[in-house]
Amino acid sequence: MQPHTLFWMLLGLAAYGYYLGRKRALTVSGGEIRRLHSLPDYYGYYVALWCALPALAILSLWLLLDDKIILRWVLAELPPAYRNLPPDRLSLTVNVIANLLAGERQANTVDPALAEAAEHYRHLKQLGYHALTVLVFACATAALTWAHRRISPTLRARNRVETVVRIALVASSVLAILTTIGIVLSVLFEALRFFEMVSPLEFFFGLHWSPQIAIRADQVGASGSFGFIPLLTGTLLITAIAMAVAAPLGLLSAIYLSEFAKRRTRAIVKPILEVLAGVPTVVYGFFAALVVAPWLRDLGARLGLSISSESALAAGLVMGIMIIPFVSSLTDDALTAVPRSLREGAYGLGATQAETITGVLLPAALPGIVSGLLLAVSRAIGETMIVVMAAGMAAKLTLNPLESVTTITVQIVALLVGDQEFDSPKTLAAFALGLTLFVVTLALNLVALHVIRKYREQYE
Amino acid sequence: MNKTLETVQAGLARRRRRESRFRWYGRIAIFVSLAFLAMLIVSIVARGHKAFWQTEIAIDVFLDPEELTPPTREHLAKADLTGLIKQSLRQMFPEVRQRRRKRALYRLVSSAAPYQLRDYVLAHPDRIGQTVRLWVLAGADVDLYQKGYVDPETPESERRIKDYQIAWLRKLESEGRLVLRFNRGFFLNGDSREPEQAGIQVAFRGSLYMMVVTFALSFPLGIAAAIYLEEFAPRNNVWVDLIEININNLAAVPSIVFGLLGLAVFIGWFGLPRSTPLVGGLTLTLMTLPTVIIASRAALKAVPPSIRYAALGIGASRVQTVFHHVLPLAMPGMLTGAIIGMARALGETAPLLMIGMVAFIVDPPQSLLDPATALPVQIYLWADSPERGFVERTSAAIIVLLLFLGIMNLAAVLLRKRLERRW
Repeated sequence: MQPHTLFWMLLGLAAYGYYLGRKRALTVSGGEIRRLHSLPDYYGYYVALWCALPALAILSLWLLLDDKIILRWVLAELPPAYRNLPPDRLSLTVNVIANLLAGERQANTVDPALAEAAEHYRHLKQLGYHALTVLVFACATAALTWAHRRISPTLRARNRVETVVRIALVASSVLAILTTIGIVLSVLFEALRFFEMVSPLEFFFGLHWSPQIAIRADQVGASGSFGFIPLLTGTLLITAIAMAVAAPLGLLSAIYLSEFAKRRTRAIVKPILEVLAGVPTVVYGFFAALVVAPWLRDLGARLGLSISSESALAAGLVMGIMIIPFVSSLTDDALTAVPRSLREGAYGLGATQAETITGVLLPAALPGIVSGLLLAVSRAIGETMIVVMAAGMAAKLTLNPLESVTTITVQIVALLVGDQEFDSPKTLAAFALGLTLFVVTLALNLVALHVIRKYREQYE
Repeated sequence: MNKTLETVQAGLARRRRRESRFRWYGRIAIFVSLAFLAMLIVSIVARGHKAFWQTEIAIDVFLDPEELTPPTREHLAKADLTGLIKQSLRQMFPEVRQRRRKRALYRLVSSAAPYQLRDYVLAHPDRIGQTVRLWVLAGADVDLYQKGYVDPETPESERRIKDYQIAWLRKLESEGRLVLRFNRGFFLNGDSREPEQAGIQVAFRGSLYMMVVTFALSFPLGIAAAIYLEEFAPRNNVWVDLIEININNLAAVPSIVFGLLGLAVFIGWFGLPRSTPLVGGLTLTLMTLPTVIIASRAALKAVPPSIRYAALGIGASRVQTVFHHVLPLAMPGMLTGAIIGMARALGETAPLLMIGMVAFIVDPPQSLLDPATALPVQIYLWADSPERGFVERTSAAIIVLLLFLGIMNLAAVLLRKRLERRW
């Protein structure tokens, strides 16, 4: 039986278990529910859980492991000529077998030994499914019968079921930690392998980035260079431009909306501004590449400036637009958190509204605003699609916003899109870049959190 | 006393000017931001709205029995359908003799025309032997010209469509053989190298499947995590604090890093096939989980403690209290958060590039394990294509994507308005 049919059958069986458990609870109570420890439903859940959980565990474990085990068996039975191949050639052979299985290659186009291996693999896999079906059903029915037998008025079914529920809840929140560990480990592992090939010194302080790996060893520029500094300056340049757009616009519009605007204006304008944050980044990228960049280039031509059609300015400008609502909503939060009494104190001393804002509110809200700006910077650094579509690929070491620069995220995409093998420094370099990106944004977020915790005035 | 008053009076005008200047800065900032938004939307709608229409040409094709019998799919695959189309074009414009002109004539119709002819023959085998009028797609250049993208002022040598071709088009138009129709192909076709045949069906289905996976996983998991953290977790516990800091940080990790995670874990370790909606959905799940958890926690927090006390007071267990009383009250808020998270996931591109969902795919995926693209990825791919016709398609795909996002956000707002209770 196919695994997914098996899965649905198992769920069906568990539902039947629920019915049986509930019915038996009602029978053993002799019609008086109050003699039962728990509500009858819980006895049903109890049986259903016993029926489903162990069997599901077996099922998922099997599906996780069966390919690897069967493959090992099949490879062990190949002729020695194949078995003694070095690992990378062996993986090619495995690919051939996989293609045969997927029907992408005909059996008569390859070595009969491989065709036979594929047939053998298919056979074993099918056999495995039969075994799995028997195993899962045996386990499920056995557990069902056992749990069903145990039902008595004194069985603490609710407590048992609630324990399972609580474990599930804990497991879901631990998933967040697992994700972080997964990010760190997966990126770190590959990055470490990269640093075995390229020294960290060269990576972090090198001034030249050209990750092309030559096909022949004697080719010119065969070694490819992985100096990270041009990417860093490019990223920082674009981020600086974006912040130069977003910080004043976001701050001023937040101040106006929260202090000056009428309630109705605020109710209309604020959601419209938020739309800017909801537009997908790929749309901004298209806008930057198709509208803003040519417009800037023409403008530059009219002013006698030569602006590259993939200038840092266009990407930064559009990225700034994207970040405006981010800055403004965080500023807004910081301003509303300042208590009324400070405001009214300033008015009482005769300050105008503008003076109150610049003299009292902004200093009081400063920690919140600074942390908001830091979060905005971290978002700008990690932003991908706008720069992929509107900034260039050439890693130039320049601070001129009219030239094209490249960023960390652009290079990650450039290195990983398309066909790739997992072992070349080119692919691994992407993970090293990813690690740097993760660490930088993480540090910015932590600093932002720290600023807000440490410097926020406690008014209440 | 008088002196102070004088100082204040003297400064007052300046201070008032400063006040009004300050207000104007704010107004200008808002105006500029809104102007950017308007520019963005106007430029995309202006470029994209015409892609929902498509130029079609009516040609009279003689359904040659010699070529077309038997009318089976296998036979027609080998038959010279292109020849029949070319023949009918030659008959419509018998005066065209030169070789180059003839080639220009054939380019009036799309390279999809033979397939349209095939489908017609398969649908109406009884018409074989007759001459029928068939509406076929116009070629990309004709389509662009008909929609007014070609400036007639540009010199002929710089245009892709020449004056004699325009003359043919005028003739066709006067005979009623050239019309703009609603572009169904845009919604029904997969990707194509030819702009006039490209559609968003594959991307749409891919996005749909991914959203299903993402919602099915991130909603229950997010709710469960939020319930634990909000209702059961011990306060002032190092581990719980760690989980909370973790979730807040994950919400700010760049999306491309989640793509790297998906690539390394789901494809590298678990060996799931690349480019599939399943892997995309799993990656997006990890990305949206923090958002869903944070929103769900806020929703749980908004339920007043009195509800919990009441339930506990009449003997419910803590699990019963949460699942029977708190959760139903928090559900609208949680759903709103989940929809907003889904909207973000729908527009996300970068992590999908990492897991290889950038392939050129013509056939719509039938299951979660078939290769597919997603709407934003399709936009990215088309935006990179050099053909001019794709600019319009890209903008149209963006319009579709924005419409979906708008509907989702609107649903979230309405849901909140209608179902949320104020205590």
